[in-house]
Amino acid sequence: MKKVSIATFKFTSCNGCQLQVVNVDEKLFELLDNVEFKFFPLIKSDNIIGEFDVTLVEGSITTPEEVKVIKKVRELSKVLVAIGACSTAGGIQALRNWVKVDEFKRYVYPNPEWIKALDKASPISDYVKVDYELRGCPISGSQLLYFLSQLLRGKGPILPIDSVCMECKRKGNLCVLVAKGIPCLGPVTMAGCGAICPTYGRGCYGCFGPMRDPRPNALAMRFKEMGLSIKDIELLFKQFTGWSKPFKELLNTLGVEK
Amino acid sequence: MSGSIEVRIDYLTRVEGEGTLYLKLSDGNVERVEVGISEPTRFFEALLRGRKYYEAPDITSRICGICPLAYVMSACRAMEKLLGIRVPDEVRLLRKIAYLGEWISSHALHVTLLHAPDFLGFNSAFDMMEKYSHIVKAGLRVKWWGDKVIEVIGGRAIHPISFRVGGFYRIIKKEKLEKLLSNLEAIKKDAKLLLEWVLKLPIPGFKRDLEFISLRNGKEYPILEGRVVSNKGLDIDESEFERYIQVEQTPYSNSLRYRVKGRGSYIVGPIARFNNNYDLLKDEVKDIIESHGMGRRLINSFQSIVARAAEVYHAVLEIVSLIHEYSEPRQPYVEGELREGEASAITEAPRGMLYHRYRINADGTISDANIIPPTSQNLAAIEDDLKVIGAELSKLSFEEAKRGAEQIIRNYDPCISCSVHAIKIVK
Repeated sequence: MKKVSIATFKFTSCNGCQLQVVNVDEKLFELLDNVEFKFFPLIKSDNIIGEFDVTLVEGSITTPEEVKVIKKVRELSKVLVAIGACSTAGGIQALRNWVKVDEFKRYVYPNPEWIKALDKASPISDYVKVDYELRGCPISGSQLLYFLSQLLRGKGPILPIDSVCMECKRKGNLCVLVAKGIPCLGPVTMAGCGAICPTYGRGCYGCFGPMRDPRPNALAMRFKEMGLSIKDIELLFKQFTGWSKPFKELLNTLGVEK
Repeated sequence: MSGSIEVRIDYLTRVEGEGTLYLKLSDGNVERVEVGISEPTRFFEALLRGRKYYEAPDITSRICGICPLAYVMSACRAMEKLLGIRVPDEVRLLRKIAYLGEWISSHALHVTLLHAPDFLGFNSAFDMMEKYSHIVKAGLRVKWWGDKVIEVIGGRAIHPISFRVGGFYRIIKKEKLEKLLSNLEAIKKDAKLLLEWVLKLPIPGFKRDLEFISLRNGKEYPILEGRVVSNKGLDIDESEFERYIQVEQTPYSNSLRYRVKGRGSYIVGPIARFNNNYDLLKDEVKDIIESHGMGRRLINSFQSIVARAAEVYHAVLEIVSLIHEYSEPRQPYVEGELREGEASAITEAPRGMLYHRYRINADGTISDANIIPPTSQNLAAIEDDLKVIGAELSKLSFEEAKRGAEQIIRNYDPCISCSVHAIKIVK
């Protein structure tokens, strides 16, 4: 069987999602029997630019240069997979999307005029067609492996659509929101992490982004009833996936001054 | 090779993040060195303003996918100083276990997949599989065990979620930690094999005059705290750090560099910790190093691979002792008292000292932040290395010179995402 060629490209991000590719334990060696990493600069020096069967894209688009590169990457890729919160929702750097990027430049840089940055940090799908999205900050290594194995077998990969609550219940956790009064984004957040935050005694902070049809307004109302201020609610939703459409829409209606 | 030669690398490989290198050699002299940073900025310090003090560990951990826990640790310690919190011994111990897990994960990755291929002339560890599969596999098994250590304590290895200012969100059960010891003998064997193998690599032995800066507390090999010391007489408290270093702007590069005021470039990281704290390494580690004829002082950046492999084996042994020592705390975290103020903290990230400074308002909102990651501190030293060693490169063929130059950068295990996402850049 011909090996499936894989490429990984990094845009604005921390490298954590790409690293999950080698964090899949001994199964990595099985994977290597079936795939060839043609372009993976984090790991190898002899990278080849050409057609790729599957391209994993990490990071959000934040500079004019990255816009050019992602368009080229799309042309070269049969299947393009956005991996992680940055590439699917803009990531933590998208917090700048609510302010003027020039102010950020002036705060951080002595010579702001030399910094090339777009006004917004955007998900990949704002620029090119994305075939699949793996969520999470970072993505789950086991989900990545499962996804690739389905793809290698020619199946249409199945990814979660429901909330962290489903995973949390299956684990038999006591609900942190209902029983302990801890604000938790689990009810609106996409499953896939294994409900780790509630399992470790804290509320979910939404790093897998919104589930399908999340209705975050209802959860925000609940937080208000619990006594959270508008500011606190804003901080909860405005984190690693705050720029995703459903959370952004909620944030725009919360009524806090920007 | 004589005359003039230009080495230009548009995308450094086997490093974390996006960087470039430009090196101009003529007649055996280095005319120009530019280690460029093409990684886009993420404005971390700017976006921290207006966030709450308790969010700093989770937010700053996103600066780096290889050493997120380092950011969690420096942020937690700075905030705890601000809030007047002294964490219980059990909490400290648990943090140390997880942090050592991150050292193992980061170092084993670098030694095995990123750095080792350089010494043997390979392009990647994939290519090493035919001849050295037992080493690659041993290195990766140790790395995965390090990940497992973080995962058990932190919920997941990358961007772990159980840590908070004051301690942990929940008590971590001792029995969970003990499960990590189930394949201990195999892991110890792998870590030892990796160190012994590294010690046999053809590592250049020339001597360079370098300043090594790390933490030291005299009680244990430093990780969570200590005084800032160097082999050239530096010995200061972490809160004084910014006064002793100077920021340098260069017209040809887009990143600030740091130098010791009145002296020059310096090295942080495993090699600095090793040299400043060799006495505190586990005896088993020292025995292996000395039996291979390597001294207690590493003398050039190529030898950093020895320090990394030594720290991996040390960390495995240390984690085992700490797990035996651990007893569950009565409460997972302690609360502090919210007050306006400013504080800084340094911990030892896998790549070296990571400095965080925060100012918060009386309601706990962050009003100012400064983060100095290890890689930006090493940038000046990397360029100095290229200037000195570059002259040797001009005797080689173009391809060899290119490889050599790239290897010098790799010696430092640069984390370019860290360096760019958290420093003030000039161009």
